[in-house]
Amino acid sequence: MLNLGLSVVSLARFQFAMTTVFHFFFVPFSIGMGFLVAVMETMYVVKKDKVYLDMTKFWGKIFLLSFAVGIVTGIIQEFQFGMNWSEYSRFMGDVFGAPLAIEALLAFFIESVFIGIWMFTWDKFTPGWHAVMIWMTSIGTMLSAIWILAANSFMQHPTGFKINGSTGRIQLTNFGDVVTNPQLWRVFPHVIISAIMAAGVVIAGMSAWGLLKKKKGENHFFKTSLRFGLWVGLIFSILTLIAGDFQTQQMLKDQPMKFAATEGIYNDTDDPAPWTIIESIDAKDHKASNQVDIPVMLSVLTYHKTSGSVQGMNSLNKEFHAKYDKKFGKDMDYYAPAKTLFWSFRIMSAVDGIIGLVSLLGLIWSRKKKDTIENKRWFLIIMGICIWVPFIGITAGWFVTEFGRYPWIVYGLMTIAQAVSPTSTVGSLLFSNIVYFLLFTILGGTMVWYSKRTLNQGPYYEIEDSIENVDPFSKEAFDK
Amino acid sequence: MTLSTFWFIVIGLLFAIFLFLEGFDFGVGMATRLIGKDMDERVAIMSTIGPHWDGNETWLVTAGGAMFASLPLWYASLFSGYYIVLLLVLVGLILRGVSFEFVKHAETNAGKNIWMWTFFIGSFMAPFLLCLMLLSMVQGIPMNANGDAFPKFFDIVNWLSVVGGVAGVLLSLVHGLNFIRLRMEGPLRERARSLNKVLYPILFAGEVVFAILVFFQTDFFDKRPISSLIITLLIVVFSLIGYWGVLKDHEGWSFAGSGLSLSMVIVLLFNGLFPRVMIATNPAHSILIKDAANSHYTLTIMTIVACILVPIVAIYFIWSYSLFTKRINPKEDKVKY
Repeated sequence: MLNLGLSVVSLARFQFAMTTVFHFFFVPFSIGMGFLVAVMETMYVVKKDKVYLDMTKFWGKIFLLSFAVGIVTGIIQEFQFGMNWSEYSRFMGDVFGAPLAIEALLAFFIESVFIGIWMFTWDKFTPGWHAVMIWMTSIGTMLSAIWILAANSFMQHPTGFKINGSTGRIQLTNFGDVVTNPQLWRVFPHVIISAIMAAGVVIAGMSAWGLLKKKKGENHFFKTSLRFGLWVGLIFSILTLIAGDFQTQQMLKDQPMKFAATEGIYNDTDDPAPWTIIESIDAKDHKASNQVDIPVMLSVLTYHKTSGSVQGMNSLNKEFHAKYDKKFGKDMDYYAPAKTLFWSFRIMSAVDGIIGLVSLLGLIWSRKKKDTIENKRWFLIIMGICIWVPFIGITAGWFVTEFGRYPWIVYGLMTIAQAVSPTSTVGSLLFSNIVYFLLFTILGGTMVWYSKRTLNQGPYYEIEDSIENVDPFSKEAFDK
Repeated sequence: MTLSTFWFIVIGLLFAIFLFLEGFDFGVGMATRLIGKDMDERVAIMSTIGPHWDGNETWLVTAGGAMFASLPLWYASLFSGYYIVLLLVLVGLILRGVSFEFVKHAETNAGKNIWMWTFFIGSFMAPFLLCLMLLSMVQGIPMNANGDAFPKFFDIVNWLSVVGGVAGVLLSLVHGLNFIRLRMEGPLRERARSLNKVLYPILFAGEVVFAILVFFQTDFFDKRPISSLIITLLIVVFSLIGYWGVLKDHEGWSFAGSGLSLSMVIVLLFNGLFPRVMIATNPAHSILIKDAANSHYTLTIMTIVACILVPIVAIYFIWSYSLFTKRINPKEDKVKY
C-alpha cells in the first residue's frame, strides 16, 4: 500500500474537518438567509411595499444557491460516520442514530418539501400563504440544527447513558437527558444567532457592492437591503456575544481543558485571574510566554466578578491521567491543541467585534437624516470585503468546539484513534480526500461566481418574459 | 415480531419508497439526453421534478438515518465496507443535486450544457452504483469477526451486481419516462412513450437474466424459495402492467407499474437477507438483525417517533405533489427554469 507518511486516522480527521468546514459555510448561511428572506417576505405582506418583494426574490436567489450546495454536501456528512468512523458508529449507534433519524424525519422533510413548494408557487398562493412556505422552510432548517447539535452535544458532554457490560457499547438510558443536555441548549442559540448574523453581513456586503455599481433604478433597492443587513449585523453581533458567553459558562463546567486551552493557560492562574490578550505558546513543553495581560479581566469575563482563578492545562492533565489511566493507559496526551484553540477563539471574537463596529458605522452613515454612505467609497468597499469575515469566524468557532474535544471523540469515553474504520486504507482515504477537495472547489467556486453574477445583473434583470413574472402580490392577488 | 425485525422492515420500506420516488428522478435525468432534442426541451424535462427531487432524496437520508438509529452495526459494516462505491454514489448525487440550481444561473447554452451533463451523469451513476452495491452485498462477502467487510474487486463487480446495476438504471429510466408521460404534453410525451415501447422488451430480457443470476449467485431460493419466487414474479408482473399501460396509453398504470417493480427489487433483497443484514462468505461472521440492533429502549423511542412523524410527513408530501398537476409543454409555456 501507499506509504506517504500519512496515517489513516490523520487522513480521516482531515476529511472530516474538510467536509464539515465546507458544509458549514453553507449551512449557517442558509439558515440565516432562509430566516431573513422569510422576514423580507413577511414585511412585504405587512407593508405591501414592492421593494420588499424585490428583496425577497433577489436574496431568495442567493439563498437557493447556498441551499443547493448545503444539501448535497450534507448527504456526505450522514454517510461519513459509517464510511470512515465505523467503530464510532458501532460504539455510539444506540445514542447517535436517533437524533440523526429524527433530524431527517422532522427537519429535512419540512425544508426539502416546502422549499420546493416556495420556489414554484409564486403564482399559486396568496402572498400570506406564500410567505408561510418560506417560514416552514426556515423552521425546518432550524429544527435540523437542534437535532444535529443534540448529537454533537452528546459527544461533548455525554448524558443519559450507560456502558453495556457485555458489548462494551454505549446504551441509551434516558432519551430526555440527551434532548435536555445543557450543552445543546447553550450551543444552539450561539449557532442560530451567528448564522443569522452571517447572512445579514453578506446581504449588507453584497448591497455595498451593488451601490458601488451606481446603476440607475437600483439605488433604493440596495440601500434598503444594506440597512436591513446592517441592522441584522449589529443586533445579532451583540446577541452572538451574549450567546457565546452563555455557552462558555457551560464549557467551563463540562470541559475545563477546552476552556484553559482557548485562554492558553498552562499553570493555574492567580486569583483574580488576568486575561491574556496574546501570548506565544510552546505546546511541546507546555509553556506560554510573552503574555500581554489585562489584570483581573479573565475573572470578570469568566465568572462575571472580580475574583476567582482558572485551572490550567497542566493540573487538568494530571487530573485526567488520574481519572482515565486505568482505561486508556498512561501514554495518553490530554492536552487540547492550545495554539489552535487560543488563536481560533481570538479570531472568532475579533470577527464579532469587526462586524458589530462596521454595522454600527454603516447604520450611522446611511441614516435617513444624513445619508452620506455613497460618498464613502472606501467604506462601501470595506463592507463588501466583510462578506467573507463571518465565515472565518464561524470556522474558528467550530475549531474551538471540535479541536477542543481532543483527544476524545466522545468526551471521556472514546478516543478519536479508536473510532476510525478498521477497513479504511491510506489509499482509499487519499482518493476520497482528493475527490472531495476537487468537488468542493468546483461547487464553492461556482456558487460564489453565480452569486457575484446575480449581483451584477441586479434585482431587475430579466424580469420580463419569465413565468416567475406573474406577480403574486399584485392588487388582484391581495383582493382574493 | 421483535422491534429489531420491525425496524428491518421499516428500513426496507424506506428504501422501497426512495427507489419508487427517486427512481423516476433518476429516469427523468437520463431522459434529458435521450428524448430531449434541444436545451429548451431538456430544461422542460428537468422542470417536471423541480419541486420534488429534494423531498424524494430525503427518503434516502431517512433510510440511512433509520439504519444508524436502529441497526447501527449494519450501517457501520455496510458503509465502511463499500467505501469507494458509496463515495461515487455521493459524487453522483452531488453532481445532479447542484445542477438544478446551477442550470438556472448559466446564461449561455454552453454553460447550461455543463450542468445538464452533470445532471445526466449523476442520474445515471447513482442508481447504477447503488444497485451494484446492494446486489454485491447479498451474494456474501469476506468479513471478519468484528463485522468489518473487505469485499475485493470481483466481490463488488461481478455478473449479478453489474446486471443488477443495469437493471436498476433501466427500471429507473422506464419509470422516469412514465413520469414524463404523466407530467408533460406535446411531442415529449409521445417520444417518452415510443422510447418506452423499445425499452420494455429489453427490460424483460434483463429481468429474466437478473432472476437467473439471483437464483445461482445468492442463497435466496434455498432459504426462502416460495416468497423469493413470488416476489420475483411480482417484479415481472408489475413491469408487464407498466408495458400494458404504455401500449394502451394509460399513464397512471404505467407509472404505478414501473415504480412498484423498482420497489419490489428492494423487497426481494430484504426478504432474502432476513434474518441477516450482512452475509459473510464465512457464515459464522454474517451479522444477524438481532445482533446489529440497538437496545429495546432506543428502538421503542424510535418507533414512537416514527409512528407520529411519518404520517404527518406523508400528508404534506402528498399535498406538495397535488400542487403541481398542470402538464408542462415546452412549446406553449415558455419554461424559464
